[in-house]
Amino acid sequence: MRWLAEVHIRLRPGIADPEGQTIAGGLRALGFDSVDDVRSGTLLRLGFRAPSRDEAEDALASMCGRLLANPVMETADWELRLDDEPVGEADG
Amino acid sequence: MSRSPRVAVLVFPGTWSERDFAHVAGLLGWEARLVWHTERELGEADAVILPGGFAHGDHLRTGAIARFSPVMSAVAAFAASGGPVLGSCNGFQILCEAGLLPGVLLRNDHLEFRCDWQSLLVEQVRGPWLNQMTSGSVIRLPISHGEGRYYASPETLEELERSGRVALRYADADGNVTADANPNGSQRSIAGIVNERGNVFGMMPHPERAAEAEIGGIDGLQIFRSLAEWLVAQPAVAERRL
Repeated sequence: MRWLAEVHIRLRPGIADPEGQTIAGGLRALGFDSVDDVRSGTLLRLGFRAPSRDEAEDALASMCGRLLANPVMETADWELRLDDEPVGEADG
Repeated sequence: MSRSPRVAVLVFPGTWSERDFAHVAGLLGWEARLVWHTERELGEADAVILPGGFAHGDHLRTGAIARFSPVMSAVAAFAASGGPVLGSCNGFQILCEAGLLPGVLLRNDHLEFRCDWQSLLVEQVRGPWLNQMTSGSVIRLPISHGEGRYYASPETLEELERSGRVALRYADADGNVTADANPNGSQRSIAGIVNERGNVFGMMPHPERAAEAEIGGIDGLQIFRSLAEWLVAQPAVAERRL
């Protein structure tokens, strides 16, 4: 079974995020005065094979723990779904 | 140790300071060997240097990919046996990602890449790297980074302070550690730390770019000379064969 995951990597709460602050400032400069919080992060879209949802979840946890996020400063969570149009198998 | 020191200088795809380190080693009469990141052995080395640059493009996070390069297993073993390891700039970031030093380096708080001369307050720490320097002295070294904001948990910061492992802090020319003198928003103005044994040293500044008066300063030489003195006093380590 082929799976698609969207992994969200975020700075831990409390860690200053100058990129997010700068984006918030840009939005306020455009007149979106009510914007008082922007946090930046990384979005990764992964396609991979695993025989079951449990094993796909386990694989993602391992990927995040070993490489995709640094637990000193980041958290990772994800949304996982079956890929119903696997690469190379979909039409056109 | 009667022969001249031998240093292994690691090269990852995107490393940019390896030739500067090798150049300084040459000035001092040392042997420097550039070691490509896919090698699994360091060869006969008295010390290992991880230079600055952008290993693997800094993709995902600085040092995140480099820490899994084959050579890093050899570096970890070398460090575990007490061998001197220096990481400068991107090398510091890699050592943190590899877990050889605590904490991480985040994007500078002002989001700018900062390339400048920087005054640093020295705290003499145990180990090979700062023994020729005096606590409380001020040195000037170049910095050149976009992601140098040192961050660690409150517990880790306390442990670093309590155990005397903060080696360098950003300061003004008089050695005052102030917010204005902090070029990147590092916690407690930390510019360099050592591990518990003192043999692994990570620093954001570039000592290899301050080794000749003609290019602005020679304060970086003190770090190389500290290593040389330490190697003389530690023949068993210096004669290690890996």
